Amino acid sequence: MASDWRPTATVTALRERALIVSTLRAFFEARGSLEVETPHLVASPGVDAHLDAPSVALDGRTLYLATSPEYAMKRLLAAGSGAIHQLGAAFRAGERGRLHEPQFTMLEWYEPGADDAGCMDTTEALVRAAASVHDGKLRFGGEESDASVGGPAFARTTFRDAFSAVTGTDPLHPDTGRLGRLLRAAGVRTESACSSEELIDLTLGAVVQPELGLDVPVFVTDWPADRAGLARLRPGRDRDGAIAAARFELYACGVELCNGYHELSDPLEQRARIEQENALRRAMDKVPYPVDEQFLAALEAGLPDCAGNALGIDRLVTLVLGLDSIGASRTFLAGC
Amino acid sequence: MAVLQHTDLRKGVKIELDGQPFLIIDSDFVKPGKGQAFTRCRVKNYLNGNTIERTIKSNEKIDKADIESTTCQYLYADGEYFHFMDGTTYDQYRFTEENVGECVKWLAENIEYNVLFWNGRALSVEAPNHVELEITQCDPGVAGNTAQGATKPATLSTGAIVNVPLFVNENDWIRVDTRTGDYTERVKK
Repeated sequence: MASDWRPTATVTALRERALIVSTLRAFFEARGSLEVETPHLVASPGVDAHLDAPSVALDGRTLYLATSPEYAMKRLLAAGSGAIHQLGAAFRAGERGRLHEPQFTMLEWYEPGADDAGCMDTTEALVRAAASVHDGKLRFGGEESDASVGGPAFARTTFRDAFSAVTGTDPLHPDTGRLGRLLRAAGVRTESACSSEELIDLTLGAVVQPELGLDVPVFVTDWPADRAGLARLRPGRDRDGAIAAARFELYACGVELCNGYHELSDPLEQRARIEQENALRRAMDKVPYPVDEQFLAALEAGLPDCAGNALGIDRLVTLVLGLDSIGASRTFLAGC
Repeated sequence: MAVLQHTDLRKGVKIELDGQPFLIIDSDFVKPGKGQAFTRCRVKNYLNGNTIERTIKSNEKIDKADIESTTCQYLYADGEYFHFMDGTTYDQYRFTEENVGECVKWLAENIEYNVLFWNGRALSVEAPNHVELEITQCDPGVAGNTAQGATKPATLSTGAIVNVPLFVNENDWIRVDTRTGDYTERVKK
């Protein structure tokens, strides 16, 4: 409706959002981190089978709106920036919903010398600082999770344990009949039959995630190697020989708030993963993305040992203020 | 037939599933960490009124339901069919009781309804959000009962029963919200 000109957020929510953002900036400043801005318009967006970047025609070239500033920030790290953080727009084509927007605001930071456990400590302190702007509680969908300063420690659990605890079956060796029954009980009925990977994704999204972080926020750690993203793999093997990635996500009230890694720094392994994701994209009839040779050259030159995290600011504000969708935390919806 | 992508699956969009027409009541996008995306939809079947949930994978294509609507006046019922007329073209259409569904409670002459056709076949009838109808039966208000918000049941000319304030009487005309079945106000006729 053309007459529907009003913002999707209240002015009160926008004031509190601004307070949260300034609190986060102060948090990083106090830790000596450098705020940076990298271009949103990039020649190569993050290469991920399930992330689609909007493309933009610019001066006769095809550029993309970055799905995350990860490649550029790692080039800064390799150039000796030290700890850096960035607050800015990130873009995802085909994503819109209560917790998704094609343009959203991402806080991404890197801590040289830290591993994933250290980065989780930082994340926990940061989320408490943001929640203290309101009443220390995170709320969504009728659930409440305690993130108050001095409140209980955030929980930490591996992906396998979190999945098994909710479903009663190991995600690496799933009882697919059981997953099918759980999905039907959750009201999920798909149009066509699911592959076992789709069954895991669906169960994760519709059955497991809604149960995560209901009383206190929970870090889900040690994701399977085939869901490593840009995390390094753990040197040791899991209890039955499986390899886990040094990747974590934070959940509160069933909502995923961030995705962090002990960063992969091996350029050969990184190139292989990019090519693998592009192969998956081709198999799904999606366009492959250009390989970012400058990013790979930066890894060749040497990425300092570091951990990094990307946190959705709109979701964090939504939970801190107890709003019902991320639209209520942003001024306007993209394209509306 | 138009084919929809999962991003088109929003509230109010009409789709075909299992060869039947559905209206999307609500939808949400679910994307587990680094995994494939899904759109969970609550959909209402136009044929039987049932609401079910369906989950569409991001790589699936869904057919758009070819549903057209036009505004018609209600003419009369003959015991088998309900007859409507397009006031512009004077075309007449007949709908079964199943097609009319819940809307039967609000059917009165000279009110304009939204009638829907699916692939050219009569599908359903939607009442306007508000209709004005006459009360044909209701008890007088009890004298002395001045409790705020006290109501009594009233039967309308269409047979619908609506709770009305005590000051409203038989043969009064009232405005009713058809979405909730609630009394809105008394109107002069």
